[in-house]
Amino acid sequence: MTKEEMITWILGIEPAATTDDTGEWLVVQVPVDKWKNFAACIHKGPPALDFLFCLTAVDWKTHLCVVYHLRSSRTDETMVVKVQLDRDKPQIDTVCDIWRTAEFHEREAFEMFGITFHQHPDLRKLILPDDFNGYPMRKDFEDPVNMIKL
Amino acid sequence: MFSFQQWAAQIHSFLLEKTGTYTLLIECIIIGILAISLFAILGLVLVLMERKVAAHIQIRMGPNRVGPAGMLQTVADTLKLLMKEGLVPRLADKFLFNLAPFLVMMVAMMLLAPIAFARGVQIWDINIGVLYITAVSSVSVIGVMMAGWSSNNKFAMLGAMRSGAQIVSYELSAGFSILCIVVLSGSLQISDIIASQESGWWLFRGHIPVLIAFVIYIIAVTAETNRAPFDLAEAESELTAGFHTEYSGMRFALFFLAEYINIFIVCALGATLFLGGWMPLHIAHWDGFNHLMDWIPSSVWFMGKTFFLIFLIMWFRWTFPRLRVDQLLNLEWKYLLPIGLLNLLLVTWIAIKGWHF
Amino acid sequence: MYAETQIISSSENNPQLKEGQLVINVGPQHPATHGVLHLVITLEGETIVKIEPHLGYIHRSIEKMSESLSYRQFIYVTSRMDYLSAHINNLGCALCVEKGMQIEVPARAQAIRIIMSELTRIASHELWIGAMAMDLGAMTPFFYTFRERETINDIMEQTCGARLTMNYMVPGGVMYDLHPEFVTRVRAFITQFKDKVTELEDLVTNNIIFRNRTEGIGILSKEDAISFGCTGPVARASGVDGDIRKRFPYTGYEQLDFEQCLHQAGDSFARYIVRIREMYQSIRIIEQLIDQIPEGDFQAKTKAVIKLPKGEFYTRVETARGELGVYIISEGGTTPYRIKYRSPGFSNLSALDHMARGSKIGDLMATMGTLDLVIPDIDR
Repeated sequence: MTKEEMITWILGIEPAATTDDTGEWLVVQVPVDKWKNFAACIHKGPPALDFLFCLTAVDWKTHLCVVYHLRSSRTDETMVVKVQLDRDKPQIDTVCDIWRTAEFHEREAFEMFGITFHQHPDLRKLILPDDFNGYPMRKDFEDPVNMIKL
Repeated sequence: MFSFQQWAAQIHSFLLEKTGTYTLLIECIIIGILAISLFAILGLVLVLMERKVAAHIQIRMGPNRVGPAGMLQTVADTLKLLMKEGLVPRLADKFLFNLAPFLVMMVAMMLLAPIAFARGVQIWDINIGVLYITAVSSVSVIGVMMAGWSSNNKFAMLGAMRSGAQIVSYELSAGFSILCIVVLSGSLQISDIIASQESGWWLFRGHIPVLIAFVIYIIAVTAETNRAPFDLAEAESELTAGFHTEYSGMRFALFFLAEYINIFIVCALGATLFLGGWMPLHIAHWDGFNHLMDWIPSSVWFMGKTFFLIFLIMWFRWTFPRLRVDQLLNLEWKYLLPIGLLNLLLVTWIAIKGWHF
Repeated sequence: MYAETQIISSSENNPQLKEGQLVINVGPQHPATHGVLHLVITLEGETIVKIEPHLGYIHRSIEKMSESLSYRQFIYVTSRMDYLSAHINNLGCALCVEKGMQIEVPARAQAIRIIMSELTRIASHELWIGAMAMDLGAMTPFFYTFRERETINDIMEQTCGARLTMNYMVPGGVMYDLHPEFVTRVRAFITQFKDKVTELEDLVTNNIIFRNRTEGIGILSKEDAISFGCTGPVARASGVDGDIRKRFPYTGYEQLDFEQCLHQAGDSFARYIVRIREMYQSIRIIEQLIDQIPEGDFQAKTKAVIKLPKGEFYTRVETARGELGVYIISEGGTTPYRIKYRSPGFSNLSALDHMARGSKIGDLMATMGTLDLVIPDIDR
């Protein structure tokens, strides 16, 4: 599948998506409410992106952005999916029933950025202590005791 | 020829002359002191030996700083352990927790009684010597279970439970191997068993069945003393330290010591049963050779054989990985026990027909 | 300061547990976890019902720290992530910065980078075999593997000045040129390795107890390996051909002749065999390069202050544990806006519960051991 074919296919299943093929990999922006459906499609569909090799979030100060790096385990097709979230109340559907590796990565994003993943089986703090306050990877996080900023 | 027997007789007559009726009491005290000092020395020597053997197998030097060639390392370690505080967990059953190491130690001490160290050097030549050893050694499992249970620690309890299952099952195999020799020699008394090997050790005279019994015996006692590859009770990568997780200081040292004394005893028993104890290597009708062998003191023969078996068991420990619990029990109940039973039948057949050399 | 996260509990005082179940804490200080991994394990007898990893005991917030470090500085921190493949971590970051700067790395630097990476891989696998055998109760292989590892460490020390956290790869090349004795010593090491590795096979590979402990234990199917995002030897032992060096070659691996070690069984023994074969392949790679390291510069000319253009850069390298991804988002300044390290151990660990459920606690050590977890790599 070339990038052009992929874009046509993506726009076919999800007209609300925006694509960007200038970089190394195809970047797709998907609205939050369409994400779960879209994820199931790209996992099953012709590109068969069954390998979620990176899941992370970025704090853009105005909004949060969850970034999914996906590739196919058979072909070398790679796609980057970005989902923008509201910074005050970030919520998104979990994908750990599609890619099971997402379970741990989503827990990490949950505690570091405060993103709630709906229907996640076990959304608890993984790395931070249970009584930790704040979301340390956000840009406005300040910890006067344990300084991280240099 | 050098012999402890003459010494013992001289001391006995000397005491009888001087003290009369108290002779027995005084002899008991002397034996007690000797046994305890033997314990201490054995513990030190065996721990040092284990470390040196391990070092040799693992291409390193081993202890080499304290004393000449590191010989005093274990003395220093013992001193350290003596100085350490013996902690008792807050919610532990204090009585049982304190009792357990002593129980294990007492069992190990009691086992020394019927062992023949050299010609005529035996504390108590009881007529059911072998039975006594198998019976008393089973008591040590109670000490281990006590330690595991009273520690109020889950690792300790899991370790104790494993240990219980393991010791109880492997005792059967060890028992069957011992029975083979009892059948051949026709006696349970240690001195009789040794005397029956005058013309050659049972290992060589009993054909292949006795060899099989010997192999099963070595495997079973390795398991019974909780040594690798059967050290599941204290499997450090799974259960940290097993039943003695919570022990420290001298209480821990007692467990540690008892383990080595137990190794010594099972190896001494193995040497007695299969390799003729203090009996020198005799080959029937080779009188010249037999006389030559008799010149080597009997204590050297006994210690040589025992330490050879100890070395064998140490060699196992530093070579093999650990078995899993179910594999351990499978090995016993599916392989060793049926083989041991059949083997006992064969040995009995040989003994009845008199087919041994 | 913090409340106890998990209290040791049994069915008597924990309503979530069924009758006869008990919870044990393996770690944070436990001989089998090689670091500060904390596993809360629910047991029924000796059978594992559930495993819950509790992470974070060595979390240093490297991602957040890197946001305030310059592009030259942040590479040094990454040596402390997966300390057993420090070179390859540094290489991943250096490649990512080079990708942003769009500079060419001299041929000599590329060759040095590959040789160093492969030496690191051998050293890491050697340590792993020793530690794994120790988990299974065999102490001795540890000393045999460390003999070879020490030789590699000495070679590293001569050239990089350090033995564990080397900090040798920099954007544009490597930090210093090779030590004059490097080539002869690496050649000597290759001879030594080929000579001595058979000892290891006698001691471990063909050991019947080791075979029984690992064969058929902790099986991870190919589908699960993909779904759990497993990479490296763990995935390759399940038949997933995901070696980055082969599929997405970087820094000149495409010119080299080596095989991707695959195994279909997916059990602990397969993972062991894959790592052993990988060491042979690494030796093969080094042999191809060691006699013909190109002459020339060992470092490209770069500006003193590196600035990356606005954009996103992602590179991946194959560490000894699997795929390390470095994701840099740049806003055009001298420091990255956001850095994400996709560490291999984190994804591999997530498969542990699935693999070990229903097995005995003794098997957990075989399963966890073959995952080759390095805790700082998981926590970052």
